[in-house]
Amino acid sequence: MTATTPGFELDPRALRHLADAQVNVELDTGDMVLNIGPQHPATHGTLRLVVRLDGERVVAADPVIGYMHRGYEKLTEFRTYPQVTTLINRIDWLSSFANEVPFIWAAELLMDIEAPPRATWIRTILTELSRIATIYLFLGEMGLQVGALTPAFWAFRDRELVLNLIEAATGGRFHPNFNRIGGLKDDLPWGWIAECRRAMRRILDGCDDFEDVLVGNEIFEARTRGVGIIPAELGAAYGVSGANLRASGVDWDLRRDGRPYLAYPELDFKVWTHPDGDSFARYWVRLQETREAARMVLQLLDGLPGGPIMAKVPRIIKVPEGECWVETENPLGQMGYYVVSKGATGPFRVKIRSASFSNVSILPWLLRGVYVPDVVTILASLYFILGDIDR
Amino acid sequence: MPEEAAETVPAAGAGGAPALDERAAAVVERLRDRLGDGVIETGSACGSPVVRVRRDAWRRAAEVAKEELACDFLSFISGIDWQPAPRPEGEDGGDTSAPVQPAEMTFGAAGSAGRFQVFAHVESTTRHHGVTLKVDVDDAEMRVPSWVPVYGGADWHERECWEMFGIVFDGHPSLRHLYLPAEFEGHPLRKDFPLLAREVKPWPGLVDVEPMPGEAAGPGEAAGGAEEAGS
Repeated sequence: MTATTPGFELDPRALRHLADAQVNVELDTGDMVLNIGPQHPATHGTLRLVVRLDGERVVAADPVIGYMHRGYEKLTEFRTYPQVTTLINRIDWLSSFANEVPFIWAAELLMDIEAPPRATWIRTILTELSRIATIYLFLGEMGLQVGALTPAFWAFRDRELVLNLIEAATGGRFHPNFNRIGGLKDDLPWGWIAECRRAMRRILDGCDDFEDVLVGNEIFEARTRGVGIIPAELGAAYGVSGANLRASGVDWDLRRDGRPYLAYPELDFKVWTHPDGDSFARYWVRLQETREAARMVLQLLDGLPGGPIMAKVPRIIKVPEGECWVETENPLGQMGYYVVSKGATGPFRVKIRSASFSNVSILPWLLRGVYVPDVVTILASLYFILGDIDR
Repeated sequence: MPEEAAETVPAAGAGGAPALDERAAAVVERLRDRLGDGVIETGSACGSPVVRVRRDAWRRAAEVAKEELACDFLSFISGIDWQPAPRPEGEDGGDTSAPVQPAEMTFGAAGSAGRFQVFAHVESTTRHHGVTLKVDVDDAEMRVPSWVPVYGGADWHERECWEMFGIVFDGHPSLRHLYLPAEFEGHPLRKDFPLLAREVKPWPGLVDVEPMPGEAAGPGEAAGGAEEAGS
């Protein structure tokens, strides 16, 4: 720290000037390339981000993906229809149940099979539960990324309730593999409904806690308001979907506006939007969506019909020749499957349209010109799952 | 059967593909009206309209969809290889666990002129309709106009399609590898690209398969469940 030569003391003020001079020299060196990831806490997995910096400002950003590419589109061509659900469980691993639904739906449409009402309602309940499990984690993690540690622990604590429910019903915490073509593997276990009601009330309280702690918090708002604004038109052209697009003021939810599926046409729910399009808006919309999902589950539990949970399905499943496009509103956005069948026991080609892939594809545009700390905020607020990008 | 279905617009009810409803039919009509003979054929993917256009009308189709049909949302762009995968013959012919597909080349909704096609889905966030557009790719040339000038999000989708099928998108700013390492050779989603994992080692599920009782029964396994094996 200080000069050590005896009898020779440097003037501390001179030292400071020297340090300033060095800083200035560094600032003048122009662009610097910074590698974020592939192993970085803010990337939730193996997303690598190459950013070119001018001082603290991002000049260009290039996401490098594919570290987790598992080639699911190829693998589906080597599997039978029932086997494919095992694969697609692992696309967006936080909401696996919601991934299964559209693929099974596509197969059912092609085979002209309809699942019985009870199965449809239980599917809807479990889809909404996986939505809560997915987004609830975001509600805490978003705080973590901008420096608030506590909400993350709350999120993990309460999410456990939902995961326990999913595990009790399906046997799997993350990969339920519970859907069958024509229905479900099992009915709900005894006592599950009361347990679910209790958990949903806890989730609703938890949402209030997040709102109290983060929304309106000066630091949180300073870090998120006006950061990473996605214009509605550009977002749509990039295929940004789900809460990310609704936070830009686009009032579009496939549960309400798409081809009717599951029990959604019979439910009373509100689609939340926010006009700002910034990171704060994305947080706020997701917060409301989680509440709405918990309310929907309560509604669904009240109206759960009785009856069988499996339709009559041939023992060996052969899907007739044809093509089918289905899309659903998954926790992370639009999930779609384009299934091409040639009448065999397995699909000929499956195009998997995953939400995070398109949501992240806007990053090069979105990150241009922002400051380095905002990069983390924006990554967190887009909320992607690596498996959903890389498939 | 495929020949008959190819001619009519909606293959009504056949093979689980319901006819297009009014709104979908209106979308198809509008495209046909704007593109003229650019539209080759139309079909249905379980009620979702499919329109196959000529290659020189591919970009124009995107513009019409975006500006006149309000399809502001790009869902995906991808490719398809209609050629059936070569199946290994004989006992040591590699993996045989994959479901058997028909050996002859047939084409799906709205048909195809050759082996490769590019298809894309766009939707309207305001009018809540969507359309799947298809375009034939010439086997020898493998080129299609890029959609990046119309939909910004086409960038990554086209990069993926390029590396997976080897289809070049004219006008794309930088066709680089997206998922695969830069030095990767081959196009994995083509049907003649083998699934190497299965070539190296047979599907583990096949190893411990015992013959069903009654069919090619081993010693000691006789009539036990013969009725069941047939169903």
